[in-house]
Amino acid sequence: MNKDILKLTCRELRDLITKGEVKSSDAVLAVFAQIEKRDAKIGAFLSTFKDNALKKAKEIDEKISKGKPVGALAGVPIAVKDNMCTTFGTTTCASKILENFRSPYNATVIEKLLAADAVIIGKTNLDEFAMGSSTENSGLKKTVNPWDPSRVPGGSSGGSAAAVAAKMCFAALGSDTGGSIRQPASFCGIAGLKPTYGRVSRYGLVAYGSSLDQIGPLAKNTADCALLLNVIAGHDEKDSTSVDEKTAPLCDWLEKVDKPVTGLKIAVVPELFKGADSEVVNTVKGAIEVYKKLGAEIIEIKMPHSEYAIAAYYLIATAEASSNLARYDGVHYGYRTQNSADYVEVYTKSRNEALGAEVKRRIMLGTYALSSGYYDAYYLKALKVRNLIRNDFTAAFERADCIIMPTSPTTAFKIGEKTANPLQMYLSDVYTIAVNLAGVPAISIPCGLDKNKLPIGLQIIAPAFEEKKLLQIARMFEKAT
Amino acid sequence: MGQKKIDIEQVKQVAKLSRLALSEAEIAQFAVQLSAILEYVEKLNQLDTANVEPLAHCLPINNCLREDIVKQSLGTEKTLANAPDRDEQFFLVPKILEEPSGF
Amino acid sequence: MTNVDYKIIVGLEIHVQLATRTKMFCGCELIFAAEPNSRVCPVCLGLPGALPVMNKQAVEFAILTATALNCKIAEFTKWDRKSYYYPDLPKNYQISQYDLPIGSNGFIEIPLPDGKVKKIRIRRVHLEEDAGKNLHTAENYSQVDLNRAGTPLLEIVTEPDINGDEEVKLLAVELQRIVRFLGVSEADMQKGHMRFEPNVNLHIKKDSTEYKTPITEIKNLNSFKALEKSAAFEVQRQLDEFLESGRVMQSGNKKTFGWDDIREVTVLQREKEEAHDYRYFPDPDLVPVVVGEKWLNIIKAKLCELPLTMQNRFVIAYGLSDYDAGVLTTDRATAEYFDSAVKVDGDAKRICNLITQTGLKIANEKNCKVSELGISPQRLAELAKIVGAGQVSATAAVTIFEKMTQDDSLPSQIAEKLNLLQKSDEGELEKIVDEVIAINPQAVEDARSGDKKSKKAHGFLMGQVMQKTKGTANPQVVAKILNSKLNKGI
Repeated sequence: MNKDILKLTCRELRDLITKGEVKSSDAVLAVFAQIEKRDAKIGAFLSTFKDNALKKAKEIDEKISKGKPVGALAGVPIAVKDNMCTTFGTTTCASKILENFRSPYNATVIEKLLAADAVIIGKTNLDEFAMGSSTENSGLKKTVNPWDPSRVPGGSSGGSAAAVAAKMCFAALGSDTGGSIRQPASFCGIAGLKPTYGRVSRYGLVAYGSSLDQIGPLAKNTADCALLLNVIAGHDEKDSTSVDEKTAPLCDWLEKVDKPVTGLKIAVVPELFKGADSEVVNTVKGAIEVYKKLGAEIIEIKMPHSEYAIAAYYLIATAEASSNLARYDGVHYGYRTQNSADYVEVYTKSRNEALGAEVKRRIMLGTYALSSGYYDAYYLKALKVRNLIRNDFTAAFERADCIIMPTSPTTAFKIGEKTANPLQMYLSDVYTIAVNLAGVPAISIPCGLDKNKLPIGLQIIAPAFEEKKLLQIARMFEKAT
Repeated sequence: MGQKKIDIEQVKQVAKLSRLALSEAEIAQFAVQLSAILEYVEKLNQLDTANVEPLAHCLPINNCLREDIVKQSLGTEKTLANAPDRDEQFFLVPKILEEPSGF
Repeated sequence: MTNVDYKIIVGLEIHVQLATRTKMFCGCELIFAAEPNSRVCPVCLGLPGALPVMNKQAVEFAILTATALNCKIAEFTKWDRKSYYYPDLPKNYQISQYDLPIGSNGFIEIPLPDGKVKKIRIRRVHLEEDAGKNLHTAENYSQVDLNRAGTPLLEIVTEPDINGDEEVKLLAVELQRIVRFLGVSEADMQKGHMRFEPNVNLHIKKDSTEYKTPITEIKNLNSFKALEKSAAFEVQRQLDEFLESGRVMQSGNKKTFGWDDIREVTVLQREKEEAHDYRYFPDPDLVPVVVGEKWLNIIKAKLCELPLTMQNRFVIAYGLSDYDAGVLTTDRATAEYFDSAVKVDGDAKRICNLITQTGLKIANEKNCKVSELGISPQRLAELAKIVGAGQVSATAAVTIFEKMTQDDSLPSQIAEKLNLLQKSDEGELEKIVDEVIAINPQAVEDARSGDKKSKKAHGFLMGQVMQKTKGTANPQVVAKILNSKLNKGI
């Protein structure tokens, strides 16, 4: 019985629970049985809340049995990446510097999940402060890919992706700054959506690259992504970068998701295939054929500035990060060194002792890019290139409804394979990163396996605030395959 | 090998600005790694951006303002709850002997 | 001694705490002397994940002030992060404005003691958030209170157009007056609502060559007195230093001195190894502010008549002295109260005196403003009228004024009830004077004698008349009659 429950999608589970045919408590117990069974080896969770989850599940089951109305995610066990603040448990960002941090407030998305009667079962592992593409930079734990424990789950939302893939939750929230939802979704064979920048509130998301970060769902399929988007999207007065509903009207994305797009025009960027593994290329090309068969017109385009995206990103994101992480200083909260001779050393030693190497590297890079004498050459230059990159997308969308490309040039790589050289790790973000610079929405859905039986991800990118079309296009592929 | 993009002295300077008490080994390693990254980002100079506006963020909105209405504060206890060192009402730090430039 | 002449050059940087109800980026209430760390939330505490949202009132106050200072208002403005690490700055950056301040290229006019008006140019006006407070009273540790962190501050920077220590103070006083008139700040020095940092140097002419001394920035000034004294001290110190060392201004040799209020000296602050690199960049958590014409006009409609304008108007239109006009325009409520009363019934001088000589004293005792004493401009005007008509004496007016703070009766009603109505009828009074003269021949003789005794005798006779009228005679009229009778020699 438990195993069957775990196979359900969020939508299916929610419907059964709401009808009273399945109890949320059973779903929660099933999920925790699975966690007990598999997470010792996978390491997706940094913390879990079994007692609280069962309590909440019981409340929801009671509400339903009394005929009271319940929310859109009623009774569904959901995991949350540990860079979103919760008043329950800790919010560590997988960093020693916040290892014991208990937030006095909930992130807006958490409030929304709770209001939708979701059952939050735990916080998942990530690259420290969301900086990384493999979750190997976590300062607290290792997470492996459920498909192959010698390989990475992707990053930085590796814990969320692994948890969904291993059926240790029904869906999870992650965050995406340069690909951190899409790439782990791709490596773990699940769906992962990065909404348009400004679509989902960042209030309570621990900031990394403020002009790039977005929270989004990782789930079993596109429809579940739509369901989760329904719950978490919307203007938040606590987030100045959250778009109002006049500029970005809300939609019942779940209701619309199964409707295919007619007269679909898909843009493809042939140049980009050059950098990918042949199996990835062939599988993605195969996926494009599927769309052709569904009646889509394929248009070949160029995106002349895509090769500069990584460089621009690693200046902008690190500049913002160097400032966002300045607050971790051992003074008002978080880890404080035991070895300080004066107050300055409280800063320098606390930070050095508790922050990981990649985090320190990015802080240094960002500080350098903003420093006197270098600002114009690095940070400002990167902002200008960002404009050119966004123009590439705008031009593409004048000719097509969406752009399709691989999510990642490879499938999940081996643990330790790219850690020797930071730059090598950065270069693996080649297909996802430009999307964040332009602020447009994108989704990764599974489109096949390679010869090692590792998942390959198909990435679909749409214009700003066109999540409806994006989800419909992705759903078309899911239904056809 | 060619000239390093960022040398040991500069790394030390940046570490100071970032308030990181890096070890000698870390400084040396970062000098190499950061140089490689800075070398890579040089490619941005292949693009002529003389007439391009910088894009600080992608949002089509301005004037996000709130009304001057009082909201509840956390209260002293909750504010100090995560403090590494505190007394009843204040955060505590080792004695500060000077004011920085600023005010 | 060589021929040394010098000109004092001062530019002033002022931080004004705005009188909004809540902080700049969050809804924490601004309360003076609240329990430490009780007015703090995730945003102003700089907790992970917290985000700022700009206070509209703060922006409007800033635009209002910049407009009053004749600045150009930026159509497009943004927020920048200024990075430095300090325990009272929880995010370790301050949200401020760098290259696009909300106001620029304005000026302020200050009244000088000689009656002239001096124009001081304003370079820029911008908004930023305040830091918290560090307390260093304990021996081994410092305490941090974040109640103040996030308070909206207006930073005003003048051009170095000020040329003396007194002028600096006058500028500060005028600025305080303006922001209070506008209602954008309480500007109470005791509460730290205004902070000053003068930048001082000298242009010295020695043997027909001009030298410029290095600029000094003075910090830790919390009163007008400190501002004036520190500037004066610094002028002398720089002069002495120049005469001794000949050191002149060079790029990078600007120094920061702190004012020691107890010893009344400026003290060189510990020299930093390097100048601060604040690494300004646009804050990605905030969107720009676009000030369109419609919004600007709504804000401009809230502009009041500025204090110096009002003061000058009182002098020219009402014939008041500079001094009196100055006193009346110390605050807007008093100035408008006076103005309203005059508009009811135009005896400006008398209304002024009632306010300045009586009203302010009583208001002070009651710890409120004159306009809050419960005396409407109409009643005040009436009181002035009956004083002017001689119906009550100046002394009686004081009593009537006090009574008016207690109930709504009209001044004439009060005068009647308290028997304060003065007799001013000359015919009536002449009869009484004649009576007094008749029964006091010795005093009359003494009064006429013109020697030492006459003043006393004169006073005695006056007193007798006042007694006979039970104090209700108008002393001016009595004196007139008495003098004319004494002089006539009847």
